[in-house]
Amino acid sequence: MKITLRVFRFDPSVDEAPYYRNYSVEAEPYERVLDCLNKIKWEQDGTLAYRMSCAHGVCGSDAMKINGRCALACQKLVRDCEADLILVEPLPTFTILKDLIVDLNPFFDKVNFIHPFLFAGTPPKKERLQSPEERKKMGESIRCILCACCTAACPVVNENDKFLGPAPLVQAFRRIFDSRDTQKVERLDQLNVDDGVWACLNHFECTRVCPKEIPVTKYINTMKREIKKMLGPSQE
Amino acid sequence: MELQFDALVVGSGLAGLRAALEIPEGFKVGLVSKVFPTRSHSGAAQGGIGAALSNEEPDSWEWHMFDTVKGGDYLTDQDAAETLAMDAARAVYELEHMGVPFNRTAEGRIAQRAFGGHTRNFGEGPVKRSCYAADRTGRVVLDTLFGKALEKGIHIFSEVYMIDLIIEKGHAAGIVTYDLATGALHTVKAKAVLIATGGFGRVYKTNSNCFSNTGDGVYLCYRNGVPLEDMEFVQFHPTGIYPLGVLVSEAARGEGGVLKNGLGFRFMPDYAPTLKDLAPRDVVSRAIDTEIRQGRGVNGKDYVHLDLTGLGADKIEEKLSDISSFARIYLGLDSATQPIPVTPTCHYMMGGIPTDLNGRVLGKNGTPIPGLYAAGEAACVSVHGANRLGTNSLLDLVVFGRRAGMAIAQDEKSLHFSDVSRDVVKELTSKINAIKRSKGPKPANLRARMRQIMTDCCSVFRNNDDMVKGLEEIRSIKEQYRSVSIDNKAEKFNTDLLDAIELESLLGLAETILVSAIVRTESRGAHYREDYPERDDHNWLKHTMVTAGADGLEISFKPVKITKFEPKARTF
Repeated sequence: MKITLRVFRFDPSVDEAPYYRNYSVEAEPYERVLDCLNKIKWEQDGTLAYRMSCAHGVCGSDAMKINGRCALACQKLVRDCEADLILVEPLPTFTILKDLIVDLNPFFDKVNFIHPFLFAGTPPKKERLQSPEERKKMGESIRCILCACCTAACPVVNENDKFLGPAPLVQAFRRIFDSRDTQKVERLDQLNVDDGVWACLNHFECTRVCPKEIPVTKYINTMKREIKKMLGPSQE
Repeated sequence: MELQFDALVVGSGLAGLRAALEIPEGFKVGLVSKVFPTRSHSGAAQGGIGAALSNEEPDSWEWHMFDTVKGGDYLTDQDAAETLAMDAARAVYELEHMGVPFNRTAEGRIAQRAFGGHTRNFGEGPVKRSCYAADRTGRVVLDTLFGKALEKGIHIFSEVYMIDLIIEKGHAAGIVTYDLATGALHTVKAKAVLIATGGFGRVYKTNSNCFSNTGDGVYLCYRNGVPLEDMEFVQFHPTGIYPLGVLVSEAARGEGGVLKNGLGFRFMPDYAPTLKDLAPRDVVSRAIDTEIRQGRGVNGKDYVHLDLTGLGADKIEEKLSDISSFARIYLGLDSATQPIPVTPTCHYMMGGIPTDLNGRVLGKNGTPIPGLYAAGEAACVSVHGANRLGTNSLLDLVVFGRRAGMAIAQDEKSLHFSDVSRDVVKELTSKINAIKRSKGPKPANLRARMRQIMTDCCSVFRNNDDMVKGLEEIRSIKEQYRSVSIDNKAEKFNTDLLDAIELESLLGLAETILVSAIVRTESRGAHYREDYPERDDHNWLKHTMVTAGADGLEISFKPVKITKFEPKARTF
């Protein structure tokens, strides 16, 4: 079938303003939006810039806005896009570097801020024990691929760039509910600030867009409750 | 970026990260990656990491070593297999200590499951040896090692591409980087360069690899005169989702999934009576392609079914949730009630840069090239021989990645900075400008033809005539590549240019695969010759080495290290 992709174009060093360009491509219904972008770049216009790597939703490179919603281009199929015009734009919130490529450094800085590694004492000779029930408490947080869809889609992040944002909070959740981590209190304390968990206003956009189906908002609320429980009711 | 490091690690998958973590304080370490580290393809590994922990049932490292040797069809260097199997438990405990969220047994130990070719008591039947975190083991190990790298404060340079490798007077001297964001070229000097750039499955049309797996590091070593080892051994994973090639882990069969042909018949017991669906990958891929060739594909098409309907929705959700989401997203089917269409997909390169057991790259005379190291899929230790077992890849990355990092520290006294005698940046600038000025063919067209040729003539089944014809065509594409052109003349994020440069690596490596595969007139592991269907230990129990000589490619051979297990007939 023939479809049209309407693609956001902008090179800040050359263009005065962003513009959109329409590309017509032949695509099978089972093909991915990423396949369509590749056809454009390889067959029509090699100047188009976007990130990609694994092409099956495990590396997190090709997050962008597709028909107004943040998603991975390799997980969105042509048949899932209802209209035969697909609008492709960069992730919102972040600074555009070129076309569909945005500056994710501020995003990764916030991920690093929550210390995305295990704090634990001297380990035993073999593995540390962790019951299947304890292991389950990390839930789906281990599915996060740092694609930034959730953070880009968050209405709060859009207005307040100091808010840690959903993805760093998912990363924090993973460590807070890892029974092996010894810094649970310190980690909760770090999130117990205006721009930490409390900035989340339950818009649920993060949950709606997460390509790995992580219940992000639920996890943020779980951490809010955990903070109240551990640090006392006066802390809210 | 900064222009001088004691040690430069190129590639941020598990091998590169594990090596970087091992290089001691006091060394200034730079980690260069063409993608952000957590985008590396190690993250796509699903099924697990092998180690004889005996958490679920009795196991031993000797059995693991034997399986690795037999799985590799006796081309595996047995000292390497011994190192891998003996170090496996330590390596897995270490990952757990670093924070990897493994699934757990009822006793709270690391959970384990069955995997292809892993057996109890030297081949008696499947054993639960794969330590796993659902079906995203690579993902969480990658996250964990990246977190450790952040904790350690390693200098990480993302979206920086190694465009050249510099060797001066036989000593690694550094690399030239191409900064994707700006288009700037830099000469970065180093006393030690470690190549951990992964594989190059992208030479084939249908593959499970990411777009970044273009074998840059392997090719640059080759271009600098390093011989490449066992390039003909290309693994086709039996179960790529038809027609995309997206991987469905062997874990699906480890948990009880079975393969069925178009008649609904479970065919693997006919090919491997003992291990059945859990035979090594080369055996299962050949069985699938045989069924398809003999007209027993599903609906007359080029695929068979992977049937998980006997597992139950709960087990699939708990242990194979990524796989079930791939089936849902890409095929719109529910794997708990419907079979998944699968066909073999190019997955892994057993061959690569020859190294000793400590990651030191071996030059033409078989002795180490000072300052040059390699680990992971880019390297050939050779621990996987003619066919790698599932779960041995992640293990290889962390075991031999660590050893390469240790070797850099051990070699400290003999390593030094070298003066770079050529103006490499100027040379590369001219090369890039020439590509930008050219009016010749586009990389995408040449690449598509290369992939089709390689898939047609050098996949699961091979023969001399088709490969000789394929080699001619690859050489003709190489010739056309000399005038490759691109649309994009800009500096910033010019992935058009990157495509063109990566294609040089892919074409060079495709040629080495074909030349090596034509030479080897026997069938062994993943290399199956229709015109030479038997294994021939008398003539071919040796590694193939291919070197870029002045007058074309030169072939030589290296003996296989055999210690504990004499080659025997390989049945499963």
